[in-house]
Amino acid sequence: MGSAQQAATGTRPSAGVLQANAVGAGDMVQLLDEGGMRHADGVFSPYIDALDAGTLRGFYRDMALVRRFDAEATALQRQGELALWVPVVGQEAAQIGSGSAMATADYAFPTYREHGVALTRGLDLADLLKLFRGVSNGGWDPRESNFHLYTLVLAAQTLHAVGYAMGIQRDLALDSAAEPAAVVAYFGDGASSEGDVHESMVFAASYSAPVVFFCQNNNWAISVPFEVQSKLPLVNRAGGYGMPGIRVDGNDVLAVYAVTRWALEHARSGRGPVLIEASTYRIGAHTTADDPTKYRLNEEEDSWKAKDPLERLERYLRAEGLAGDDFFEQLGNDADELAAHVRRATLALGGADIRQKFATVYAEAHPLVAEELAWFENYEASFADAGSPTSQGGAA
Amino acid sequence: MPQRSLFNLPDVGEGLTEAEIVSWKVKPGDVVAVNDVIVEIETAKSIVELPSPYAGPVAELMVAEGDTVAVGTPIIAIGAGAGAPAAVPAPAAAGPVAGEMKPLVGSGPKADAVKRRPRTGSAAAVVRPPDAAPAPAAAQAPARVPASNVNAAGAANRVLAKPPVRKAAKDLGINLADVSPTGLRGEVTKKDLRSYQDQRTAEQDGAATFWAPGAGSGLAGDPRVERIKVKGVRKATAKAMVESAFSAPHVSIFVDVDASRTMEFVKRLKASRDFEGIKVSPLLILSKAVIWAAARNPSVNATWTGEEIIIKHFMNLGIAAATPRGLMVPNIKDAQKLSLRELAIALNSLATTARAGKTQPADMQGGSLTITNIGALGIDTGTPIINPGEVAIVAFGTIKQKPWVLDGEVIPRWITTLGGSFDHRVVDGDLSARFMADVAAIMEEPALLLD
Repeated sequence: MGSAQQAATGTRPSAGVLQANAVGAGDMVQLLDEGGMRHADGVFSPYIDALDAGTLRGFYRDMALVRRFDAEATALQRQGELALWVPVVGQEAAQIGSGSAMATADYAFPTYREHGVALTRGLDLADLLKLFRGVSNGGWDPRESNFHLYTLVLAAQTLHAVGYAMGIQRDLALDSAAEPAAVVAYFGDGASSEGDVHESMVFAASYSAPVVFFCQNNNWAISVPFEVQSKLPLVNRAGGYGMPGIRVDGNDVLAVYAVTRWALEHARSGRGPVLIEASTYRIGAHTTADDPTKYRLNEEEDSWKAKDPLERLERYLRAEGLAGDDFFEQLGNDADELAAHVRRATLALGGADIRQKFATVYAEAHPLVAEELAWFENYEASFADAGSPTSQGGAA
Repeated sequence: MPQRSLFNLPDVGEGLTEAEIVSWKVKPGDVVAVNDVIVEIETAKSIVELPSPYAGPVAELMVAEGDTVAVGTPIIAIGAGAGAPAAVPAPAAAGPVAGEMKPLVGSGPKADAVKRRPRTGSAAAVVRPPDAAPAPAAAQAPARVPASNVNAAGAANRVLAKPPVRKAAKDLGINLADVSPTGLRGEVTKKDLRSYQDQRTAEQDGAATFWAPGAGSGLAGDPRVERIKVKGVRKATAKAMVESAFSAPHVSIFVDVDASRTMEFVKRLKASRDFEGIKVSPLLILSKAVIWAAARNPSVNATWTGEEIIIKHFMNLGIAAATPRGLMVPNIKDAQKLSLRELAIALNSLATTARAGKTQPADMQGGSLTITNIGALGIDTGTPIINPGEVAIVAFGTIKQKPWVLDGEVIPRWITTLGGSFDHRVVDGDLSARFMADVAAIMEEPALLLD
């Protein structure tokens, strides 16, 4: 742990950590390159050296499972079973790496694309689809997994995350025996341009809140390329808020895991927030309602496919003899089984219960809500094909 | 025997109403597994492959390639059951809707297609607070009355217009319902009102002798009605306009132009020796501007055939002309080859021939782009209908002095409005805008033609 601890105390800066008062891009941390070759880093390599083969295979397994899940959810949307789907393909390493680095007591605030993080937090991935089918505003109990509900309003969750982290601070102040915990605030390059991110970083820095700002810079804010969002890597902004910043290869699951571990330890230790910019790429569409061929070139997509997070780890695992054909074959079967489970669970969800939506507006009965529900039910009943939309499930 | 399952066209993109079946990837008899790609569809947003939700043999492809169908329409039957479909589609949700406009970027005179679920006749949505109803039977009757009142007084008879237009109509004693609206949302615009007023004034000129003496029923047999047989040019015009307006999705755009330099230029040409004896008008500069702009935006000089877009590397410039026989659109062949002087002569001879009623059919064939000079009638602008076989038309409004802001000062300038209609199947919003901006640039600075 030696060098990492030193870095965390600030006595020996790493080339990859942009210190709070520094200006200029830090080097991008990479521990596993596109060819599956390991690279050493004085601060971050020890986190990986300490892992056993099972954990490394677990990284690959989780990435493969979420990719298969993602394909199934996309198909379900194309079959009319989901109103919308938000593909994650290409960003598996950023999500599995950062999610795996979290301790049980840590708390994650996701955007609407953190399917991989959800997997690492122990969610049944089928629960994610309730929101996208329109049958629930949430889909799971965040208190069970410390994985917050998806936030569709861009960047709003960064404020929630900082508030939650400040709450952790206050709990610790009351009870010094409580277990220190940190919060991970997920957001994207597009959200980085929103005022909420700025405000949350100001508060986090002012209060030294235990929060890790984890930005998946997937290079595209729907159709807006990253160059339009910022002239410099986003990690440079960390210095302005007075927090360390780390730019990491977001398609390198080992590096993402290591830097997130480092940042969480930094945050839990009371030294305040850290910004991580994970450089990755949204291989698919922004959502199933988007067509990226209209605004970007195949060449660019192909150049990022060559940096695929799964392929490089497979190369490494095979080259080191840590996993063989049996492992990958079994994993393929498990992934198909997961997909089948997700499909069954989704089709069993049925249609949205409109009464449930009205019932959750207030804790107790409210005359105006009752009036509006009555109006709506009357309106729904006035259609000649009344009842058919619910039978179409998510499309309703 | 496995159930025959129908796959209904899903909404793959947040609120789409329809999609085109681009190509089937399977045929009847093929056996598909869940998630095998079965069809490629094109929505207003993107081209999308649909994976099969069912496993089994393909029983039937229910929609042909190239057809556009509404979301919810069954498109494929999968499963062994060869009999009747498992579910009968609701009539309103099914069937091709190919003729309707797609909800796509850009806006034209026509609103986007809005599909509504069918309503039952009797069960109108009656707003009735649940706790305000003393007894079901008593509440039913009084509640219906206001509902039907709303219908009668509301949507059916309401004419859309902005308050200043309403005021002007009231002042002129015009019933807004009598005016044909051209606004984007079907509202009566100030211009509609003005042109209605102009038309009414024209009719009023013959007003003294218009009313027939005597009395009658007012019905078909009344001797006081005058019957005009629809034939010839009137018939051809009607047919052409209906064909164009209801097959080509028109997008109309307008731009106000300071044509003062054009007016100066025309004045200088008139005074010049080269143009002695030749009638020169701003239409000459506009014609030159349109030819110049078409070369920079060639898709406006084209024909849509359904299978292909034919780009014309020549300009047969049509000029809409009111003739004794009705509306004619003769064109100037290879206008791109003509010098300014030659073009002026061609425009004059075209107008003279048309006015004399001597325009030959060949003069009207093979047009590639049309100008309609409604300014000659004192009209500011309008939404012209594209001449069939073409994809663009430019309406040249009247040029008159108006207050114009130049360098922060209001000064009188010669202002005109250019209107253009474009076939959105060929010409997208950005291209039509660039074309119109190019035309406008020449009208503002004819010296650019020397470039």
